[in-house]
Amino acid sequence: MKKIYTPLSQSSIKSLKAGDEVLLSGVIYTARDLAHQQMLNKIVKGKRPPIPLKGQVIYYCGPTTAPKKRVIGSCGPTTSSRMDAFTPALLRAGLLGMIGKGSRDSSVKEAIRRHRAVYFLAIGGAGALLASKVKECRVVAYKEFGPEAIYELKVDDFPLIVGIDSRGGDIFRLCQKGG
Amino acid sequence: MRTVYAKDITKTVAGLCVLANVRLREDVHKALFSALAKETNARAKSILKALLDNAAYAWENKLALCQDTGLPYVFIELGQEVSIRGGDLISAINKGIERGYKQGSLRNSVIRHPLKRDSGSCFSPGIVHVDITRGDHVNLAVLPKGFGSENKSAAVMLKPTAGLEKIVEFVIKSVKEAGANACPPFVIGVGIGGGFDQAALLAKKALLRPIGRKNRDKVLARLEKRLLKQINGLGIGPMGLGGKTTSLGVNILTSPTHIAGLPVAVNISCHVLRSASKRL
Repeated sequence: MKKIYTPLSQSSIKSLKAGDEVLLSGVIYTARDLAHQQMLNKIVKGKRPPIPLKGQVIYYCGPTTAPKKRVIGSCGPTTSSRMDAFTPALLRAGLLGMIGKGSRDSSVKEAIRRHRAVYFLAIGGAGALLASKVKECRVVAYKEFGPEAIYELKVDDFPLIVGIDSRGGDIFRLCQKGG
Repeated sequence: MRTVYAKDITKTVAGLCVLANVRLREDVHKALFSALAKETNARAKSILKALLDNAAYAWENKLALCQDTGLPYVFIELGQEVSIRGGDLISAINKGIERGYKQGSLRNSVIRHPLKRDSGSCFSPGIVHVDITRGDHVNLAVLPKGFGSENKSAAVMLKPTAGLEKIVEFVIKSVKEAGANACPPFVIGVGIGGGFDQAALLAKKALLRPIGRKNRDKVLARLEKRLLKQINGLGIGPMGLGGKTTSLGVNILTSPTHIAGLPVAVNISCHVLRSASKRL
C-alpha cells in the first residue's frame, strides 16, 4: 500500500489513481459546512482563511468529544457533496486534498483536474476505528462551532481510497453500473 | 395505577443513548456477518470487514460507532395505567438525552432553530413519539438517527390505484438517489398508508424491527423480500464502490389510509443503524 505525507505536492500525488488504497500521515484539518462557508466568505473578501491551504488536506469531519484519556472521539467522514459548492474556490486557493465520503459533482471533478489535486474516501461509519489513527488533535479555528470547528489532526497511516485522482479519474465511474 | 418516577425515565433514557451509540445492534451485526460471507467483490468484503472491526473497537473502547451520533428519537409505549410522578415526561426524556450524550462523549448535533444556525449546537431536544397502550408498563426505545442517510429519505403521495409496481419503483429510485452518499449497505424502512406524516413515521418505526424477522403479513413479507433482492442487484455496494451488499434489510409497516390516496415513505438508514430499548 502506498504511503503519502502532508503537506502534499502535485508531484507527490501525481501517481495516485482512482481506486488506489493509501495510508496518509501528517497534519490534516477538519472542516464541515459551516467552516467552509466562513472560510469562503474570507477568501471572497480577499482576507486570509484561518488555516493554511497551500498543499493542505481538508477532512470533512465533525468528531465526537474526546472521552477521558483519548486524543479524539469517533471521527469518520461526513457526506462530501454538501461541500461541493465551496470546493473549487478552496482548490484555487491552494488546497490539494480532501477526505470525505460519497461522490462529487462535475464542477469539483473539473477543479480537481485543473489544479492537479486529489479527493480521498474514508470509510463512512467507521469513526471509532479511524480515531485510533489520530495521534494529536487541537482546535485551530471557529471553536464556537463545537463539532463544526476546524480541528488540526495529526494522523498516522490513516487508511484512505483515492476517489478522484489528479487527472479526473473517478472511482464511482469505475465501480458502478449506472450509479 | 402504577407509579413511575420521572427520574427513572431520565436514567433509563441516558443509559439507552450511550448503549445505542457504542454497541452495534445484534441483528445489524449478524446481517453484516452474513453479508461478508456472501459477498464476492474483494473491495466490498474488505469494507464489510472494517465495519465489523469498527463495531468491535467501539464496544471495547466505549467509543461512538460513528461520529454522527444522530438526532435522538425516543419512542415510548406508555401504559394507560401508569402515573408519572416527580416531573413531566418530555422534560424527563430530554434530561436523559442530555445526560447520556454528555456521559458517553457523544456529539452535540442538535440545532435549536433550523434557520438561526448561529447559536451553536446542543444535545437536545430529541424527537419524542408517545403511544398510549394498555396495561402498566413503559417501553422506551432510543434511536439516534444519523443524518447522512436521513437526508436521502423521501415520501410520495401515489394514486390509490398505483399498486405494488409504483411502490417498488419509488423505493428503488430513492435507494439509487441515496447511492454512495448515505453510507451503504442500508437498512430501508418503508411506511405505506396513513396520511403524509403517518407514512413517514411508519418508515422510521420500521427501522426498530430487527432485520431478518419475518413480516407477519404475507403480502408485505413477499414485498420486503422482492425489494431486498432488487436493491442488492443495483451494484451500489458498501461505500458505493460496488458489490452485491447494498442493503442489509427492508422493513415495511402499513396503516389504514384514505380511499383517495396511497402515501409511501422511505426512511433510509446507514449500516450503523442504532437503537436500544428497555421496559420499565
